[in-house]
Amino acid sequence: MSPALSAVHKSRLTQLEELEAESIFIMREVVAEFENPVMLYSIGKDSSVLLHLAMKAFYPAKPPFPLMHIDTTWKFREMIEFRDQRARELGIDLIVHSNPDGIGNKITPFTHGSSKYTDLMKTEALKQALSKYKFDAAFGGARRDEEKSRAKERVFSFRDNNHRWDPRNQRPELWKVYNSRINKGESIRVFPLSNWTELDIWMYIHKENIPIVPLYYAKQRPIVHRDGMMLMIDDDRFPLNPGETPKMEQVRFRTLGCYPLTGAMYSEADTLEAIIGEMLESRTSERQGRAIDHDQSGSMEKKKKEGYF
Amino acid sequence: MSAVPMQTSQVRQFIGRQETKGLLRFITCGSVDDGKSSLIGRLLHDSQKILEDHMAAVKADSQRWGTQGEQIDLALLVDGLQAEREQGITIDVAYRYFDTERRKFIIADTPGHEQYTRNMATGASTADLAVILVDASRGVQVQTRRHSFIVSLLGIRHVIVAVNKMDLVNYDHAVFQNIAAECRHFMRTLGIQDVRVVPVSALMGDNVVKPSLNMPWYEGQPLLEILDTVDVSDDRAEDLRFPVQYVNRPNAEFRGYAGTLVAGHVRVGDQIMSLPSRKTTKVKEIVTYDGSITEASAPMAVTLTLEAEIDITRGDLLAHPDRAPTVAREFDAHLIWMAEQPLLPGKQYEFKISNQYVRGTVQRIDYRVDVNDLSRHAAGELKLNEIAVCRIALNQAVAYDVYDLCRETGSFIVVDRMNNATAGAGMIRRSAAVKAHEVHGNVYTEKLEITRQQRANQKSQQPCILWFTGLSGAGKSTIANAVEQELFRRGYHSYLLDGDNVRHGLNRDLGFTDNERVENIRRIGEVSRLFVDAGLIVLTAFISPFRSDRRMVRELVEAGEFIEVYVSTSLEVCESRDPKGLYNRARQGQIQNFTGISSPYEAPEAAEIMLDTSKLHVDDCVAKIIEYLEASGRLKL
Repeated sequence: MSPALSAVHKSRLTQLEELEAESIFIMREVVAEFENPVMLYSIGKDSSVLLHLAMKAFYPAKPPFPLMHIDTTWKFREMIEFRDQRARELGIDLIVHSNPDGIGNKITPFTHGSSKYTDLMKTEALKQALSKYKFDAAFGGARRDEEKSRAKERVFSFRDNNHRWDPRNQRPELWKVYNSRINKGESIRVFPLSNWTELDIWMYIHKENIPIVPLYYAKQRPIVHRDGMMLMIDDDRFPLNPGETPKMEQVRFRTLGCYPLTGAMYSEADTLEAIIGEMLESRTSERQGRAIDHDQSGSMEKKKKEGYF
Repeated sequence: MSAVPMQTSQVRQFIGRQETKGLLRFITCGSVDDGKSSLIGRLLHDSQKILEDHMAAVKADSQRWGTQGEQIDLALLVDGLQAEREQGITIDVAYRYFDTERRKFIIADTPGHEQYTRNMATGASTADLAVILVDASRGVQVQTRRHSFIVSLLGIRHVIVAVNKMDLVNYDHAVFQNIAAECRHFMRTLGIQDVRVVPVSALMGDNVVKPSLNMPWYEGQPLLEILDTVDVSDDRAEDLRFPVQYVNRPNAEFRGYAGTLVAGHVRVGDQIMSLPSRKTTKVKEIVTYDGSITEASAPMAVTLTLEAEIDITRGDLLAHPDRAPTVAREFDAHLIWMAEQPLLPGKQYEFKISNQYVRGTVQRIDYRVDVNDLSRHAAGELKLNEIAVCRIALNQAVAYDVYDLCRETGSFIVVDRMNNATAGAGMIRRSAAVKAHEVHGNVYTEKLEITRQQRANQKSQQPCILWFTGLSGAGKSTIANAVEQELFRRGYHSYLLDGDNVRHGLNRDLGFTDNERVENIRRIGEVSRLFVDAGLIVLTAFISPFRSDRRMVRELVEAGEFIEVYVSTSLEVCESRDPKGLYNRARQGQIQNFTGISSPYEAPEAAEIMLDTSKLHVDDCVAKIIEYLEASGRLKL
């Protein structure tokens, strides 16, 4: 028998510290068990937290995997600048992939509609890149509190040869004993931030002083109002409808994506504390700014089955 | 934004509170009809964490799917996937998040329907507390006992019984008292000490977040207040347990052991022991990104550097030498089976325990536990959602604790090697009574044994198994016999195992059911392995129709030692030969489960040697095999 283990008071870790430790454990588990992991880096605040946690998990080494950004070619320019700067500062390899077929066929969110565009430039591009580099594990920054279909996502989420997710056939996941076994061609998507909420993300960015894209802070930006959303005119590819004139407005973004599909919000919050303060009063959840989830109830579930992150 | 912006000082206050919040993980158990989803919906709603656009979506969905007529169906806040919404049931574990002034909560929301035991176990595995729902109008049900049992099995020490739908029994105190007494009684028999019973109405909101005006006779706290204040601090073990997760070697100067303290504390300078090697050294530094620290405690994730360079790899466990865990190859465990394919004792599985995969078998099933009444039953196999006490035998010794003392070092999952599924989950109950492989204290028994290589060298051969497989009448035994004669003639040492010398002796007790067939092959495999250890060339001639069985044996021995010889003679040819008249009898239905007729034969996908006796003479077959053995360096004379 092992010696009796008597009990004492539980650790004094706060919930943020517990979440951090859990995420670090998950990242180390992946690096220990997979041959060719990658971190999907979307440049947003969740990615910023993910990257910061990776720096912590492998310190004093650098994270032993590259970052990969699926570039739809319609990201905000400030996002791309931020991406390149972060990768340079941290000395981490950055892979950028865009769907060449999509570019060849001049797929844009304006001409092909948000759903077809997203499928080709995000889902399809991601699958291409994962296959091309033969990654067997891919970190993503998704959180379970984001959307209903995410609430049942595993931390280690199995994908078949075609990168598909089968919600009816998920591996049971007990304790923190993650099953990393796969056959050749199959892969695992790993979500170290599963148990974080949007508020946790902001609190952690504040606590750890993590750099984020300036678009999260309020500033005067050129805006048009369209379909109930405030869209920022980030470059001259944005086709204005008759009668639409960009107007400078004080706005910020709660989530970041492709600029023609990402709605801004009026805000005066130009500091982290102001953002948190604004969030506390806000009564709308963050994904509302994205056109992609509204199409139909259950639409995220559908996209995930097809391989969307 | 219409609201007045918050003052910076208010925000700072909030951030300060937020940063000191603790975490409580709990599970909710109940059936489709107990109103579990409504209860969670009510908790989320009344604790004002339901955001408005979610609310708007629910309003729309309520008209489409709702079961509450014109009222908003709070359950729809909770039921996630489209498929289950259409069926009106929850089919998987879903995680929900909310927080109060004091705590953040993670809810594992699990279905209560009978066939989903595995989901409940999954949800319970990470929970500190369980909320078990009982429908007041129906009283304690079989499933209430089932949920309580699984909760206790997974090591949850705090239970809140929410007696729901009190509105349907007119908030009657007596109804509540009866249910409460019954619950307390059987929770006690399960060893759950901290049990609180709360009368609620999720639909009306009584005693969920706010005290109920309808039940003045209830003097306890509402559900949320209990969740907010319950003390789960004594649940964690104090002895240091640090399973090494990853060896961090960025350069020649630095060698760090990255891992999470699953229990206890560690300080710089502490004497620590690595298990299973039992080598000791001292902690030199506790490294973190935010600077080195002098002390770490569970559940922190850190990196340790050590004074001495001792050989430590992923899966080793660091502990204080006087408080070290057990090291053994065998133990008894509660096993929950989670796969469609039943658990077969003797079959090789992978066990993931304390950050490492170890091969092993479930040696025997002591008894199966009926989750409904806790009665014990003999069992030859374990089906989906069944629970049993089993003897586990791993192929190598591992460090572990009893689950009740430490969840993290006392738990494991079972992975089916054929399809990589998580087939089962186990909780270690105790060490095996006979601890043949256990290391006692610091004393090693010095074994002076003759190695297998020495034995092989003595015989001028590299031992191996020639595993003949093929249909009845294909010519396996004939060829195997001829090969053995040729080996003997040349001065090599071999032994032939076939139906005559195995089925009549060693395996006399086995019939032809699926698990008896697996056991048959397992024993033949084990005997073959012993003979290979003894330095012999083993020949076996069994139909062995299933790929998984042959693979099981292949994995018992070293790479290259298992040589699959597929005697591929077709069914037509075999049937026309029919040396024992068996095909004839099988065709007439006199023999059940006859391979090729009423039971499948799974041909090898990549046999080392393939022989078709309708095209090759026996001598050609022998020559081909001898050639293979020579080419692969098995024969050295």
